[in-house]
Amino acid sequence: MIVQPADIRILYPKKIDWDAFFAKKATTPFDIFCTEMLEALSSSLLKDPQARQYPDVITFAFFCRKANIKKIQEQYEREEHRIGRGCLFHIAPSNVPINFAFSLVAGLLSGNNNIVRVSSKNFPQVEIIARHIQDLSSSHASTSRIVLVQYDRDNREATDFFSSHSDVRVIWGGDATITSIRRSPIPSRSFDVTFADRYSFATINADAVSEDAVGKLAEGFYNDTYLFDQNACSAPHLIVWTGDRKRIEQVRERFWNSLHELVAKKYEFQSVMAVDKLTAMYRQAAAMEIREERTKDNFIKRVMLSSLNDKIDEYRCACGYFSEYISEEDINEVVPIVNNKYQTMSYYGYEEDRLKSFVQENKMKGIDRIVPIGHTTDFSLIWDGYDLIRTLSRKIQIL
Amino acid sequence: MSMQEWLETPPYSLSSEEKRERLNLQLRELTRSHYERCGLYRRFLDASGFDIHLDFSYDEIPFLPVRLFKEYDLKSVRDEEVVKTLTSSGTTGQRVSKIYLDKETSSNQTKCLVKIVSSFLGGHRVPMLILDSSAVIKNRQMFSARGAGILGFSMFGTKRCYALDENMELDIDSMKSFLEQHQGETIFLFGFTFMIWQHFYKKLLVSGYRPDLSNGVLIHGGGWKKLVNEQVSPEDFKKALNTVCGIQEKNVHDYYGMVEQTGSIYMECECGHLHTSVFSDVLIRRPKDFSLADKGERGLIEVVSILPHSYPGHVLLTEDEGMIEGEDDCPCGRKGKYFKIFGRIKNAEIRGCSDTYASNFK
Repeated sequence: MIVQPADIRILYPKKIDWDAFFAKKATTPFDIFCTEMLEALSSSLLKDPQARQYPDVITFAFFCRKANIKKIQEQYEREEHRIGRGCLFHIAPSNVPINFAFSLVAGLLSGNNNIVRVSSKNFPQVEIIARHIQDLSSSHASTSRIVLVQYDRDNREATDFFSSHSDVRVIWGGDATITSIRRSPIPSRSFDVTFADRYSFATINADAVSEDAVGKLAEGFYNDTYLFDQNACSAPHLIVWTGDRKRIEQVRERFWNSLHELVAKKYEFQSVMAVDKLTAMYRQAAAMEIREERTKDNFIKRVMLSSLNDKIDEYRCACGYFSEYISEEDINEVVPIVNNKYQTMSYYGYEEDRLKSFVQENKMKGIDRIVPIGHTTDFSLIWDGYDLIRTLSRKIQIL
Repeated sequence: MSMQEWLETPPYSLSSEEKRERLNLQLRELTRSHYERCGLYRRFLDASGFDIHLDFSYDEIPFLPVRLFKEYDLKSVRDEEVVKTLTSSGTTGQRVSKIYLDKETSSNQTKCLVKIVSSFLGGHRVPMLILDSSAVIKNRQMFSARGAGILGFSMFGTKRCYALDENMELDIDSMKSFLEQHQGETIFLFGFTFMIWQHFYKKLLVSGYRPDLSNGVLIHGGGWKKLVNEQVSPEDFKKALNTVCGIQEKNVHDYYGMVEQTGSIYMECECGHLHTSVFSDVLIRRPKDFSLADKGERGLIEVVSILPHSYPGHVLLTEDEGMIEGEDDCPCGRKGKYFKIFGRIKNAEIRGCSDTYASNFK
């Protein structure tokens, strides 16, 4: 009989038979029982007044709606003979409460059984979703493909145990977490899907920003950055402005003013952030030519670059610190600095064709996502350059 | 005004207007000189858009976060002029500040410290009881800010005695004979706040030994963080010490200082206030926009000192929170600002994909 190591809290299910769980077969992607269960989870979350207090839980519930899952499924319609890898061990990041649920859904939809280690901090979002899964367990057998665990990150035995049983480990939480989890071996056939520390930037074509669009643009930008303390991997740290010089100056001023209003109203500013940002500014000044932009206060700290430096991704700070660059030409100017750390390029005011040719012509080492400003944190089953459905399933060759 | 003349000014003698004028001149000159001599400092000031040619006042000078001294070798003198390098205390794995001193800076630090401490100990040296273990000095591995502090203050002692043995236990025999020898004299006691509490006070309490230190003057530093955890207030601390060794509460002086501005320390007076001397100043900044806080308003502590000549550490932003309580009107009679410290600012709990944010800034 397989027995789990000590000091592991199992949030779901109430009782676990590890032998049975590890013996469980995988399914084909978009297994009907799984999609039905997600649909049920979605509607029960949307009805729950407590869940409704958390915008991230609601976003998750919307993601799981029947219509959305169906839309995703359609992209995989011609995939034949795919089966989930088996047992996934997900390590969720410690500071984004809802991330574990998206990782879990990727694992379920690709046909797998899932052990998810949630953050050791007790987030209400995690408790709520675990409770709803519990409620569905009698009516939906697919809930047996889910185990939610919580344990201290120093509990090496627990990580060893789950790793030794995993066909794929899905590791969130950045470089340090990846290094630490990789100390625990996995079976020879198994592999890791890792979400390392990344760098993201935004680009705005000032010519395309109309007077009344600035407010909305700033709001989208706020959600991309301050909503997660500018510490999500998709949060921009650099803004590249393109377009007519004069127009750029007008738009910039209005953009930062609008953003400032939002930050002053919504963001919980802490003293240490002021010191962190000032330190980051001097650190950057030691490494490259910059000029601090005069701002009213420390809510937004900005520096202007005189040229795009290929080390720019090392000079960043969380909580509202931005490097700006005014492009002489157009977005092609960023090509030489893009390395494989670059994840998301968020944009405003570019035609789809321009973005497509930007990717195809330049063949850069980085940039895995190009998304409109305001949507950088939208979860997608294509993430960090991985197609999660295909990565987390096997394709069987029949000749 | 020459540095010599500065150092001859009695440490608590200038009223705010006079002091402000003198600091403006001195710090303006010092800022320009560091700008000339330290390439990194020039980069910092250029980035912040500061114009060194203007007649700026000292509260307009960009303040460097003390953390920068852990990451960069900030020097305004040539390597061969460095006579001493000070480092901050830090546990294994933590980065430490490195402060490079030339002959002039090092000697001015000592002179300044003598001036300040004399205001509390009197003008001449007295027997010194160190409330720590001699191992701190002997053992190079333990030697850190603690050792440096003890050595620095040792110049005020004629004879020296350690109250604790190598194992941090009370050395009652040594203390007895030392105090017998110096009966009736003023005794200078020195140590680190938490060490005093943990190893001197608590152990005296259980030992039953009650040395007579009613003629003692205690100077202690190092911060209150651990004592706050034990819910010991400065008042409790003084009372407790009075109970076990008879030292008068008014003769217990805390000090605030940091390796980045050694010498120009802030001493606690008989009324329990930390004082700025003529060699230094404290400005309180609002975290929200770094504007100057009002008297009685809590904010980040900026420390200013005229001593740093060999490194650009004359205007620094600490990570401590404090509050100005008054200026030139402390009942103790010393002029200058007096203030209060609340301790270090909290680390931020922040959201995001990467788990490592907090550890980047340790």
